[in-house]
Amino acid sequence: MLFRYRGSEGMIAWAFHRISGLAIWVFIVLHVFDIWLSGANRKLYDELLAVYASPAGRVGELLLGAALLYHALNGLRIVIMDFWPAMTRWHRQMWYVAWVAFAVVGLPVGYVILKPIWGG
Amino acid sequence: MSFNRPIASRSGGRAKPGGGFELAVWYLMRLTGLGLFVLALSHFLITHVLWDPASENASFITTRWANLAVRTADWLMLAFVVFHAFMGLRTIVGDYTRGGARTAITMGLYLVAIVLFAMGSIALLTVPNVLPAAPA
Repeated sequence: MLFRYRGSEGMIAWAFHRISGLAIWVFIVLHVFDIWLSGANRKLYDELLAVYASPAGRVGELLLGAALLYHALNGLRIVIMDFWPAMTRWHRQMWYVAWVAFAVVGLPVGYVILKPIWGG
Repeated sequence: MSFNRPIASRSGGRAKPGGGFELAVWYLMRLTGLGLFVLALSHFLITHVLWDPASENASFITTRWANLAVRTADWLMLAFVVFHAFMGLRTIVGDYTRGGARTAITMGLYLVAIVLFAMGSIALLTVPNVLPAAPA
């Protein structure tokens, strides 16, 4: 649906923003709960953190980081257009700039997160 | 609910409400979003790049929170993220539900948001005192 619908970049930018936002919401609920555990049940918190540091946990972190970075960059693009409406004309170009920033920041960070899986 | 308004501009931004509570939320979503751009991204970099989850535990947090500036920044991030995440989800709920179901789900979201904010605040305010005693 996402790519057959003739909504072009603006529509895909919106859909990704919504999907990444939902994913981050799910993690925020988990994360505030685990931070509460860090005081209420420190042993259980340490066990949960070991799950985060496991190979599967690291893949999850990578996906979370990707959602967070996209949401942050596209959110900045939305804020720019909201407070400087003339920039809406360049919404497509700004989306591509966001993806360049996503790759420049995201690839090295992703490498650092996944490296321990193969013993780096 | 009073957020029955046109959904979004074609560039992906949400249509700006006319006034009142919804306009305040519109501004606060952007303000907290900008704040989280700095707070959440730096938080992710600190806990996943500068340090690694394999070397983190409850004591790691206690040590970090011994610094009042870090604790204040984390509390600000908690307040921003709970507002931004739940008001964002409320927008989605508003798009796909209506009537009594929308009201019930929205009120449920507010309740969960308040509980989570309280849980995070309790963790921040009641940091266990497990640091080594300061030299006399």
